[in-house]
Amino acid sequence: MSNFKILMNGIIKENPTFVLLLGMCPTLGTTSSAINGMGMGLATAFVLICSNVVISAIKNLIPDKVRIPAFIVVIASFVTLLQMLMQAYVPALYATLGLFIPLIVVNCILLGRAEAFAAKNAPIASFFDGLGMGIGFTIGLTLLGAVRELLGTGKIFSLGIFPEDYGMLLFVLAPGAFIALGFLIALVNKLKKA
Amino acid sequence: MQYILIFISAIFVNNIVLSQFLGICPFLGVSKKVDTALGMSAAVTFVLTIATIVTFLIQKFVLDTFGLGYLQTITFILVIASLVQMVEIILKKVSPALYQALGVFLPLITTNCCILGVAILVIQKNYDLLTGVVYAFSTALGFGLALTLFAGLREQMSLVKIPKGMQGTPIALVTAGLLAMAFMGFSGVVKI
Repeated sequence: MSNFKILMNGIIKENPTFVLLLGMCPTLGTTSSAINGMGMGLATAFVLICSNVVISAIKNLIPDKVRIPAFIVVIASFVTLLQMLMQAYVPALYATLGLFIPLIVVNCILLGRAEAFAAKNAPIASFFDGLGMGIGFTIGLTLLGAVRELLGTGKIFSLGIFPEDYGMLLFVLAPGAFIALGFLIALVNKLKKA
Repeated sequence: MQYILIFISAIFVNNIVLSQFLGICPFLGVSKKVDTALGMSAAVTFVLTIATIVTFLIQKFVLDTFGLGYLQTITFILVIASLVQMVEIILKKVSPALYQALGVFLPLITTNCCILGVAILVIQKNYDLLTGVVYAFSTALGFGLALTLFAGLREQMSLVKIPKGMQGTPIALVTAGLLAMAFMGFSGVVKI
């Protein structure tokens, strides 16, 4: 498979949010606005790319029996690194995303890609897989965030589209996350068949 | 009194699944039958309570004492992963009946984000050990309540006709949304 194909695979064919349904907790928990969704998506993409490359580079050194704990240690180190970077450079975003940043460790996308792709492929292919999956996840989260922000407050990326009085607050709150994602997935399923 | 407030708040008002979005994977994954939902809830309650005690002690006596706070994430996830393994081994020897009931769910729990989430939350909220345990236990009960209710709804749903595009995950998510809306009715019951 060429690198371009691997990249597109993560963005469209196996989109983690709409097709594989991985990493549902941050998908629902951090998408109260488009910018939060995008921040979370990029943070996850960063960890995903780094962990994919490192795991693929050291895959021959790890005994098969302890590979899962070893993968988790690699992922957790990059998450810690990310926590420090975000605290230093984007403290506001770090505060809004809160608990979901350390929880990237248990995001099934990371361990899933490490096990399914990085453990079997070369570092460069793994880099593109991480990049594609990361972009796919970011697109999913930004889209869901934009839909919720628009329906809830009438804005996208804080740009007013229609007056705030018409917004349904429900979509910014918890139930709206489930409902909006449900309908988005239904829409994607519909488009896929067409 | 304080413990009762935490208990009610963690189960109904700030339900871990429906208002804090932790543990969504098992919530969507093992909610097709009420029986499996009950098994999963029991396993989560068991592991969550033990994991909170262990991580709390490690935070206070190892990480804080030696100024290693930045290693929190990496330590907690390793502790939880090995704890789950240990619980599995001990249960197999000590109580085969309980192992039969919970066994299949135990390996799934390591990647259940509500375990790590609650362990970190207890530290962030500055609870003492007893409050932390009450909080963890009631959070797990809240998880069980949401999961079991949802499984009941999904069992009924297999009997109705659903439009083609909405079948499977989409309708499950919309149902979860309605359930979350019902739980919103509890907000304001207790202030904490």
